[in-house]
Amino acid sequence: MTANKPGQVGAVLVVGAGIAGIQASLDLAESGYYVYLVEKSPAIGGTMPMLDKTFPTNDCSMCILSPKLVECGRHLNIETITNAVLEDLQGEPGHFKATIVKKARYVDPEKCTGCGSCAEECPMETKDEFNQGLGERKAIYKLYAQAYPNAYAIDKDLCIECGACVDACQAGAIDHDMADETVEVEVGSVILSPGFQKFDASALEYYGYGRYANVLTSLEFERILSASGPFGGHLVRPSDKKEPQRIAWIQCVGSRNCKIEHGYCSSVCCMYAIKEAVIAKEHAGHPLDATIFFMDMRTYGKDFEKYYERAKKESGVNFIRSRIYDVNEAKDGSGNLTIRYANEDGSISNAEFDLVILSVGLEPSADVVELANKLNIQLNQFNFADVPALTGVGTSRPGVYVAGAFSGPRDIPETVMQASAAASDSSVILSAARGSLVKKKEYPPEKDVTGEIPRIGVFVCHCGINIGSVVNVPEVVAYAQKLPGVSLAEEKLYACSQDTAGQIREAIEKYNLNRIVVASCSPRTHEPLFQETLREAGLNSNLFEMANIRDQCSWVHMNEPEKATAKAKDLVKMAVYKASLLQPIQSVSLGMNHDALVIGGGVSGMTAAVSLAKQGYKVHLVEKEPQLGGTARRIHTGMRGEDVQAFLGDLIAQVNGNELIKVYTGTEVADVNGFVGNFVTTLSNGEEIQHGVAIIATGAEEYKPAEYLYGQNDRVMSLLDIEGALSAGDARVSGAKNFVFIQCVGSRDDERPYCSRICCTKSVKLALKIKEANPKAQVYVLYRDIRTYGFFEEMYREARRKGVIFIRYAVDNKPVVEADGEKVKVTVTDHVLGVPVIIKADVVGLAAAIVPPAGNAKLSKFFKVPLNQEGFFLEAHMKLRPVDFGTDGVFMCGLAHGPKNLEENISQAKAAVARACTVLAKESIAVEGKCAFVDKRKCVACGVCESVCPSKAVSVDMKEKVAVVNEALCKGCGACASSCRSGAINIKGCTNEQIVAMINAL
Amino acid sequence: MDWEPKIVAFLCNWCSYAGADLAGVSRIQYPPNIRVVRVPCSGRINPLFILSALRHGADGVLTSG
Repeated sequence: MTANKPGQVGAVLVVGAGIAGIQASLDLAESGYYVYLVEKSPAIGGTMPMLDKTFPTNDCSMCILSPKLVECGRHLNIETITNAVLEDLQGEPGHFKATIVKKARYVDPEKCTGCGSCAEECPMETKDEFNQGLGERKAIYKLYAQAYPNAYAIDKDLCIECGACVDACQAGAIDHDMADETVEVEVGSVILSPGFQKFDASALEYYGYGRYANVLTSLEFERILSASGPFGGHLVRPSDKKEPQRIAWIQCVGSRNCKIEHGYCSSVCCMYAIKEAVIAKEHAGHPLDATIFFMDMRTYGKDFEKYYERAKKESGVNFIRSRIYDVNEAKDGSGNLTIRYANEDGSISNAEFDLVILSVGLEPSADVVELANKLNIQLNQFNFADVPALTGVGTSRPGVYVAGAFSGPRDIPETVMQASAAASDSSVILSAARGSLVKKKEYPPEKDVTGEIPRIGVFVCHCGINIGSVVNVPEVVAYAQKLPGVSLAEEKLYACSQDTAGQIREAIEKYNLNRIVVASCSPRTHEPLFQETLREAGLNSNLFEMANIRDQCSWVHMNEPEKATAKAKDLVKMAVYKASLLQPIQSVSLGMNHDALVIGGGVSGMTAAVSLAKQGYKVHLVEKEPQLGGTARRIHTGMRGEDVQAFLGDLIAQVNGNELIKVYTGTEVADVNGFVGNFVTTLSNGEEIQHGVAIIATGAEEYKPAEYLYGQNDRVMSLLDIEGALSAGDARVSGAKNFVFIQCVGSRDDERPYCSRICCTKSVKLALKIKEANPKAQVYVLYRDIRTYGFFEEMYREARRKGVIFIRYAVDNKPVVEADGEKVKVTVTDHVLGVPVIIKADVVGLAAAIVPPAGNAKLSKFFKVPLNQEGFFLEAHMKLRPVDFGTDGVFMCGLAHGPKNLEENISQAKAAVARACTVLAKESIAVEGKCAFVDKRKCVACGVCESVCPSKAVSVDMKEKVAVVNEALCKGCGACASSCRSGAINIKGCTNEQIVAMINAL
Repeated sequence: MDWEPKIVAFLCNWCSYAGADLAGVSRIQYPPNIRVVRVPCSGRINPLFILSALRHGADGVLTSG
């Protein structure tokens, strides 16, 4: 292998191909690195394919993951090695030698077509681990329907080598004598993303798991809800396949339990339980009683609190704050279960349910611990990877990074952020070798279809049962077959799967198709995927049209199958009519600027700037305040005890000392023009900056409370005030004996219906600091739910052990704060006693909300990127694109996105850099080409198009007397085409004729 | 009465069409009388399209963006 610089290899090893491994691989491969993606199981995907829906958008998990699976699977610079484990790692950052053991699959994935004939013949059955043991699979099996590689594998422990599969296989793919293989690869860095396993609930006998058929884990329930699950998405319970009328969820099973050394909070269970309850209520054909038994409701992520409120108010999910004693099966043989629990006031209740779901926690598997030991990676007390402070994704071994649940329980967006961040950190140490090992994609030459009569291929997708259970797919296919211009119409189980892509390519070849219509889901998510297939088959990607018969048909007309089928036919007809008029569009390649603009000089912005500069990109860092540092200037101790000021000082020194970073303090963005690769930004000082990408890191502010005497009584302070006062030795705090912290000040209310995420942990942290300085000090924390997620739960426990008193208040009975001489009188109604408690406090700390800066609105307009209702920037996709915008070349990180702690902001800043680098690594920008074009013969140069164009892309050439379009600026909105009185201007890919043809189809 | 109206909808790809997708993802049920034409922007909706739809038998036209 060759590398540009001795000792630096332009390749990265990624271990674990769940969503973290997939995202890290894609970011690296798109940034000029070759990736080896090693996965233990026979297919990539990890846990995400097992999930039915994802919170808080209720997106179908498989549907949003599927395009990534395919992109990863077919990426030229990602070598996926399944059934494999990392055995040994030698060397150092920049140059590692990794030994990988590829376990025998006994099926050649190159030859296997995934047809499944082998499994039909196989006589041996076992429990299907993908379906959590609720269904069966054969000894020869495919992990799940949409798996990549789309190939079977043999479970040798079960196989009796009868040879039935070999006889059944037409492709000759099966080889029972295949042996394990050891390969060695050279890489510059390593990303570990091995994921987690679910807590084994049978270890806690009192829940009855494993003893009672109708006690399930949350993951088992995901499979029951899933259309591709053991019961085909029909909501029934295992014991008698009856539809349950009452379902209970029990939270914190294997979490927040120090008796079994699982003292941490698993962070995701509250949200997934709410999601499961909401979806179950939707699935059930009858009013379903859904009840969640919980201790603290931890809906702390972006838009989670609103989801919780909707579940309560709109979906009617019941929430019971309680402690569980045990679960017992009814003696009458009904299979029903009784939960015995203690209420908040200490009273005992019993409640009967048909089905009980245990919200099991996340833990590292024994394999992962073994891997960490082999690689010499330090683990924490719970066997998760120990991440060095304020690195986000580092490990104890340089050059080895972590992403996802290996370093702590976390949800999908945070996992994706970490994956990108780990890619960025890898890229920082390997930038000298960037591009040294990558291969380039060669497409077959494009077939010239000009003048050909349309030969349209129509592929109608069942989407498992998502479409097929409502729309009569065969009927639609038969209908499509008779439409003018259609040469071929076929049905597909999953049009988006890898094998279908192959079939479409073959069909294009065989039937000489020159237009393709896919009737499936939304073109917004899947159009690029199918267009790629067309290019691979030598067709221009714009000879393609989609009919959205899932999102806009089967899903919204579930109870009217006949009418839905009629609608699907119409949609297909419209697509076919349009397709017959489609013409090839050539994309245009434009030059690009490789500099970056980072807006905001706080920790997030500076981290982004430093990461970019270390990869060799020039950065313009703009900060509105006179000095760098942002909110971190007011933070002294980090959540894990870090010296934040020392860290900040070092970061500022790195920024100032890097000649690639130009800092503009006391400056704001005044105007933005251009587009990805070609932005021109004007600063408030009049300077003009040319840049290719922009990262928005504008941070946030601490809410100035209007309540609880803030600003009127100097003993009432915000958390940041107290932090400053403690650090300065302010007499108000150093001499104080009674402290009261009030949580959720300005958060989780009507005005700001979101949780500010970090205040609970911060208050607990400050309480501990106060106790440490003065063990005799009394500290009270008045809260609604304590949200010390992840390992922060340990701090909550420590605070209780050290005597910090936690009193829960109800939102409709908030604490009352009154001045009382030298003291402040706080009255709160205790949740256990139910009577008012009066505390004479020396200091009242208000956990004030994190609020977005007002300037966000202006930036949102400049870059044409959206804000959410609360004024934080809204990402392109809440799950899988947490730092991107719909606008190309613009990214975000830090508090601009939503409340987060320092470590999480750092991780997100690196993630934004990784995403920006996928753009910067390209030599030029390819413009899609769906632009306006002018028919010179018809144009009368009236100038209407110029006046209506919002992108300033059309101008009238007064000399030639004709309108001219700048394709680089044209967004293809079509305002010009709709306004042209002469019909001279039109939009490629969406002409007047094409739209009218669709209307004619009706 | 068995009569059902036929409605043609011109939806902007970035907002209303995405909204229609979201209705699907959220499983919001609505009458199946609507036929959606996706346009790159509501600015793309030529008045001609609306007239053309009505002429081809649409009982109503919805433009949203």
